[in-house]
Amino acid sequence: MQKLFKLITVALLTLSASIVSAEIKPAVIFDMGGKFDKSFNESVFNGAQRFTKETGIKVMEFEVTNEAQREQGMRKMAQRGANVIVCVGFAQADACDKVAKEFPNTKFSIIDVGWLDNANMRQYVFNEHEGSFLVGALAAMASKTGKVGFVGGMDIPLIRKFACGYVQGAKAVNSKVEVYQNMTGTTPAAWNDPAKGSELAKSQFDRGADVVYAAAGGTGTGVYQAAADAGKLAIGVDSNQNYLHPGTMLTSMLKRVDLATYETFMDVKSGNFTSGVKVLGLKEDGVGWAYDKHNKSLITDVMKSTINGLSDKVKSGAIKVHDYMSDNNCPA
Amino acid sequence: MLEMFQICISLLDSTIRIATPLIFCAMAGIFSERSGIIDIGLEGKMLLSAFVAASATFLTGSPWIGLFSAVVASGFASLIHGFACITNKGDQVISGLAINILASGLTITVGIALFSRGGQTPSLGSDQRFMPIDFPFQSLINNVPFFGDLYSDVISGHNVLVYLSLLAVFVTYYMVFKTRFGLRLRAVGEKPEAVDTAGISVIRMRYQAVIIAGILCGLAGAYLSIAHGAGFGREMSAGKGYIALAAMIFGKWNPIPTLFACLLFGFLEALGNRLQGVELYIIGEVPVQFMQALPYILTVILLAGFIGKARAPGAIGVPYSKEG
Repeated sequence: MQKLFKLITVALLTLSASIVSAEIKPAVIFDMGGKFDKSFNESVFNGAQRFTKETGIKVMEFEVTNEAQREQGMRKMAQRGANVIVCVGFAQADACDKVAKEFPNTKFSIIDVGWLDNANMRQYVFNEHEGSFLVGALAAMASKTGKVGFVGGMDIPLIRKFACGYVQGAKAVNSKVEVYQNMTGTTPAAWNDPAKGSELAKSQFDRGADVVYAAAGGTGTGVYQAAADAGKLAIGVDSNQNYLHPGTMLTSMLKRVDLATYETFMDVKSGNFTSGVKVLGLKEDGVGWAYDKHNKSLITDVMKSTINGLSDKVKSGAIKVHDYMSDNNCPA
Repeated sequence: MLEMFQICISLLDSTIRIATPLIFCAMAGIFSERSGIIDIGLEGKMLLSAFVAASATFLTGSPWIGLFSAVVASGFASLIHGFACITNKGDQVISGLAINILASGLTITVGIALFSRGGQTPSLGSDQRFMPIDFPFQSLINNVPFFGDLYSDVISGHNVLVYLSLLAVFVTYYMVFKTRFGLRLRAVGEKPEAVDTAGISVIRMRYQAVIIAGILCGLAGAYLSIAHGAGFGREMSAGKGYIALAAMIFGKWNPIPTLFACLLFGFLEALGNRLQGVELYIIGEVPVQFMQALPYILTVILLAGFIGKARAPGAIGVPYSKEG
């Protein structure tokens, strides 16, 4: 009797395993912001939606609401038979690494991480300095005072990378431009302090800046609000945030995490999944600047053509934007 | 010279904006702690009311309803604190911490359920917020050198809650030191037995004190999300409640010195914001970390050397029981 029971179990297990491997079951683990955060996570969500629309394959989702859930969520997805899991953001690096080692047959893809080493994992890194370079040039062109500002979130090398690209871009179109830089803090609380963001922006306006670029997560909303209140210009980050304050949002630096998500699922579906680090820059359309109906009136034809010119030069390699993280130093 | 003056003006302007939530919370702390109830939960109550203010304002479109809801929510949180540590004689620090943790989790969870934006509320338009009020005669006085700028930038041009916070300081002072209620409040915090012997209910006094504290925290929260800011973001109180607590101790549980302590902390933060990345003479560029640590370093130095011993109310932290 017991033998028979065992046999049935084994048979069932093999059967279910063969069903699972026959099709692709994608999953996404959204991070703390939630999938409708109007920014990073929502962009990933849009990429997954695009995949679903084109292929008809449903994407499983998990939204973490605290740090401990990241690992649980990933493990649960893998156990439920997901064969490709997208981990969103560098905060998920440790959890993703651990679960990827536990499930060597499941494929993983992680965004904003380039330092892990798993045979079943693809890592996406973005050339944020190139995108920041373009919006920096736009800021310098839009500024009437010749002074522009930058508000960063937590003081980490990644944010310095944004700042450094921005300064280089501003200097590329106006060598005399003055750039004020502020970091909100040195702890993760710096990502969620809109009151401080607004004060930092106001302090830059007081010193003469009239365009400010925020790469600061939730703190950024305070910066954009301060700009809207004061009638100055602000630049959004990660996803297209132009719609937040039409008329005072000059543009947004786009980071196409939706592309990374879509590409991962498509590659797994077509059997072209590769592990290793993928770098998405201007050339790959991985970063860019936002131009839509909300900021149309703020961008002149001259600005547009200058930016497109700069963009082409960066793509062709004629302009090399320095990456702060390559040597922890900013020459500009 | 003129530029220097402009910098000072904008510094003072920013100081007042930053200090406002600290002032409300510190006054709340004074009421609560003068009655003998430690209030670690200032932070949580502020966060909770910031969320309620933004949500109610977004749903109804009226900042006044938002403000009222915030005050009610924060008052309710105070009642929980009171129920735990006045009625049930629980540990006041633990109850306060529980409120902080509850607020931090609850705001995000309810926020996600209501708005699906990762715990944020949608941003509010300018008609849904308390906007800066410009005082009359500005154009007239503007031409007066120095005083004109001082009037239009520092004195005028803040939102209604900023002025309310300054009013709160004087009301607190008057209530605590000049009224019968204040005398009883202080007595309850120092020697509750004496008050009880005089036939006044210790429990009732303490409940009144924590409710007033709740109302003041509610105003601080509303300031964050519907006056200074335009919407709620997760953990947006960012430790301001604890700084207010420090300011209150720094001000020796006395409204007027506490006001100056709040302004000092506000000033240091404003200064830090402006000095970041600026080359100073001789010293060179000051690191971000140092500027951000400055308020705390200064607190330690001042508390250790300059203001003498900060003496807390005698019966603070001790639940009152008649048999006791």
